[in-house]
Amino acid sequence: MSDSVIPTALRQLPWRLLALLIGVAAFGAIILYSAAGGSLTPWATSHVVRFSIFLIMAMIMARIPETTYARLALPGYFIVLILLIGVELIGAIGGGSQRWLDLGYIRLQPSELMKLMIVLATARFYAMLPAGEIRKWTAIWPPLVLLGLPFLLVLIQPDLGTASMIAIGGLTIMFLAGIPLRLFIGAGVIGAAALPVIYSVLHEYQKKRVLIFLNPETDALGAGYHITQSKIAIGSGGIFGKGFLNGTQSHLDYLPEGHTDFVFATMAEEWGLVGGLAVITAFVLIGRWGLNVANRANSRFGRLTAAGLSMTIFYYVTINLLMVMGLAPVVGIPLPLVSHGGTAMLTVMLCLGVLMSIDRHNRVQRGL
Amino acid sequence: MKWLLGSNLHMTEAQQSFTFSRRAFFLGATQIGIGTLLAARMGWLAVAENEKYSLLAESNRVSLQILPPRRGWIVDRKGRPIALNKTAFRVDLIPDRLLDKDAVIGQLQQIMRLTPEDVARVHADLKKAYGFQPVPVAENVDWETFAAVSLRTPDMPGVAPSEYFTRFYPEGASVAHLIGYVGAASAKDYETNRDPLLITPGFKIGKAGLEKTQEAVLRGAPGAKRTEVTARGKLVRDLATRPDVPGKTVKLTIDAGLQDFAGRRLGLESGSAVVLDCQTGGILALASMPAFDPNSFSDGIGRLEWKMLQEDDHIPMLNKAMQGLYPPGSTVKPAAALALLQAGVDPEEVVVCNGGYRLGNRTFRCLGRHGPMTMRHALMKSCNTYFYAMGRRIGYDRIAPVARLLGMGQEFDLPMPSQRYGTVPDSAWKMRKFEKPWSQSDTLNATIGQGYVQASPLQLAVLAARIASGKHLEPYLIAGQQKPVRPLDIPADHLAIVREGMDLVVNGDGTAVASRLPLPDIRMAGKTGTAQVRKIAGAQRGQSGAWKYRDHGLFVFFTPVEAPRYAGAVVIEHGMGGARAAAPVAKSMMTYLFDPARAMEELTALEANWGGDVNTRMARKAAAWKSAGNSSEAAKAGAQGSVDDAEVRQSTQEGAAAPTPVNRDAAAVPEPETATNPVSPASLRPTTANPPTGTPQP
Repeated sequence: MSDSVIPTALRQLPWRLLALLIGVAAFGAIILYSAAGGSLTPWATSHVVRFSIFLIMAMIMARIPETTYARLALPGYFIVLILLIGVELIGAIGGGSQRWLDLGYIRLQPSELMKLMIVLATARFYAMLPAGEIRKWTAIWPPLVLLGLPFLLVLIQPDLGTASMIAIGGLTIMFLAGIPLRLFIGAGVIGAAALPVIYSVLHEYQKKRVLIFLNPETDALGAGYHITQSKIAIGSGGIFGKGFLNGTQSHLDYLPEGHTDFVFATMAEEWGLVGGLAVITAFVLIGRWGLNVANRANSRFGRLTAAGLSMTIFYYVTINLLMVMGLAPVVGIPLPLVSHGGTAMLTVMLCLGVLMSIDRHNRVQRGL
Repeated sequence: MKWLLGSNLHMTEAQQSFTFSRRAFFLGATQIGIGTLLAARMGWLAVAENEKYSLLAESNRVSLQILPPRRGWIVDRKGRPIALNKTAFRVDLIPDRLLDKDAVIGQLQQIMRLTPEDVARVHADLKKAYGFQPVPVAENVDWETFAAVSLRTPDMPGVAPSEYFTRFYPEGASVAHLIGYVGAASAKDYETNRDPLLITPGFKIGKAGLEKTQEAVLRGAPGAKRTEVTARGKLVRDLATRPDVPGKTVKLTIDAGLQDFAGRRLGLESGSAVVLDCQTGGILALASMPAFDPNSFSDGIGRLEWKMLQEDDHIPMLNKAMQGLYPPGSTVKPAAALALLQAGVDPEEVVVCNGGYRLGNRTFRCLGRHGPMTMRHALMKSCNTYFYAMGRRIGYDRIAPVARLLGMGQEFDLPMPSQRYGTVPDSAWKMRKFEKPWSQSDTLNATIGQGYVQASPLQLAVLAARIASGKHLEPYLIAGQQKPVRPLDIPADHLAIVREGMDLVVNGDGTAVASRLPLPDIRMAGKTGTAQVRKIAGAQRGQSGAWKYRDHGLFVFFTPVEAPRYAGAVVIEHGMGGARAAAPVAKSMMTYLFDPARAMEELTALEANWGGDVNTRMARKAAAWKSAGNSSEAAKAGAQGSVDDAEVRQSTQEGAAAPTPVNRDAAAVPEPETATNPVSPASLRPTTANPPTGTPQP
């Protein structure tokens, strides 16, 4: 290895992953260029700039040792939890439903950070837990509290989509940590039975979303409009699409939120099934890379964190695509790296930064 | 508790690692599984349902706007337009796209200066409207208002200003009954024929008269304009436009000048005038007054104006020339004379008129004491006694066929929505209808055109035309659709005698000498008629008293006497006498045909007395009606929305069922007489309802 002309630091970069990320983000920029009617402004340029910054940030994060993350996991979690409570208080005082802290250059949503922190904190907990304790109640209730608090805080904001993702993130780690399967199955059954109760406490607009999801055509001009128009965009794209800049649904404003939550529909209209399969494949490959990192990881914290973050990214993509294709209710989750907007991209890049750090840690250890 | 957590309490790190690998593998499989599901779903949408969604995307993108065809013109025999199209502007509301109804209407009210009445109507119409059917806010708006609304449409979703063609009738009320009018298709029209053209704003279909019967010719084929629009309805670009195919022109036999003149000349009266071309049977004029302004119908008539038309006892919605039935009175005496000649009566045979005719113990009165009368003189003087005596001699069953031969009781093949064909009674008819045998007094009454006899002005015009021409003329309205003309089955010398008699009526010492044509070489021949509306009550005799009980005035005529070119009939309801009310109208019309300048001069003088021409008078009447305590009604009328098409149709048909006061009156359908005629005066009393009079001629 020492005879190589390429410096070790460069060789150790996960080039396949970086190629995938840059590819997806660049494709996103192209779609946003088209969504703006063939213009770099207002979306494409800022998308590229933002991605570049976040990518550099992720690569810097990759150089921070995995152990640092392990040490900072629980303190970080509590800081974000306090931020969440702070947001709630500000929201209560302001009388609105403000979900962010204004940091000047960026509006920080603590709930977004929580998607990352819940994974780190839960993983840290199980890493510290002696192996023999895993089949005891002490292995179950602390993580439930860890994920329950932010879940409830975000739920009352109200942001069902983000709250669910926080809960799923925590539960994924619990699942991977080895909590007995029958508990998950039992909880699933009880959850299904409780659906009507949950439905009854939902907000009016959330109920409406669910109803419209179940039958979007009943309200094709009202709230079902999003799903209907999105399906029209995807369906009319066909196999090869209508061609770059030729999408009518997006350019004539029939497709709402064509640059944010429904960016995939904008893409599918112009690039067709081919473009859609490319995006899906790219995200599956990113997920696979993350799970491979997890399998290669040496520490329990690394394994759980890597798998959990990989799944978090995957949930992001899945929920968005299911929604856009009319298989899930409209919950306002964007498509990471493609949709315009900094928050989702930041979260995903933070996840990837930690993942790359764990990956680097693995290689360094193997290299030794 | 243990059963929940499992028995293996002492898990090792190796076991834990193994569990992790298994579960991570499961999650990896889940990722691939969901990825596959997403790919499959997308394939389903984009491939299997591609066609469906492509269509939906296309129908999103492309807005298909129907270009209503320009309606064909209706022109007169010389090509002068009677019905044509004008470009106009309109503003509609599309209920489907209307988000904030009240705000938008409020804004429109300000911009367009709508009256509270208009606003109430729009609200009412919106309530009745289907989502797809535009509700008109205003039609025929001026350009400034149109521009002001168009500028603001982006802020007022649901408002649709557009340019359209509106139907224009230069003559206005004079042609109303003949041409009819156009109007927006009703919801019912659209339900029976799902032609999107019908609900295109500004598109009108014929609703009455020739506009209705010639719809197929006049309509044309719509064009289409395809435009690319955004979700907010903003136009991006025009794609392709298929031009409309304008409807074809319908050319009539009508002389527009004469038609207008006739309408105006009828003046303040309730009546009708028909003029035919004696050579062909072409209808030159078919006027009925009072009338409505078809122009106000073509823009959608207001409820208030409609109410005014409905409440008028002169029945402006009825085409009296074809749908009005009247006892023809003495105007049928020429027919009776022809029947007498056919039956072998010597025209020189004298009947002495002593002012009446005795039938049993009853006297049928004549209006004068005419002395010795031959056939020609009897026509000239309209002597009832002569016709009583001679009619009784041959019997009405020999007169009725001649009356029918001359067109009475006949329905003509004309492209008009409805005509009524009256009654020419005979003994078989009476038996069928009342199960009573025909009586002598029936004969006397029928011979002088009273009793059961009823005819429309058009039929009387045909009667005059057939006598004048000696041809079996069939009236027709559309140029080029002349019916074959065969000679009338009446000997020429018989016709000559009757024509001589009719010549004397005007130009001899007859009943209509006052209506001699003011032209040096041209003479008009004619026959007056005065028909009773109800039984004679005391000394009133239908010559005074309430308008609706006065006698009708009738006149049939042809011109010039030597070589007839024009023939016709004029009926003035409750005009009190044919010579007094009807003949002067005929005189004016005939003067117009030979010396228009002179006739117009006279008409202008007359109209000055009447208070302006017909359109001015109607406008003034509407204004007066509106202000005369009807302002509260106006608001109410507005709240009921615009006049429904079905409503209009229904009430015109009601009108047709009972066209004139005469038909509602006991005198029109007299009680049948008892079989054995001259009995007691008491039993005879009712038969006086069967008016035993002829014409109270001066």
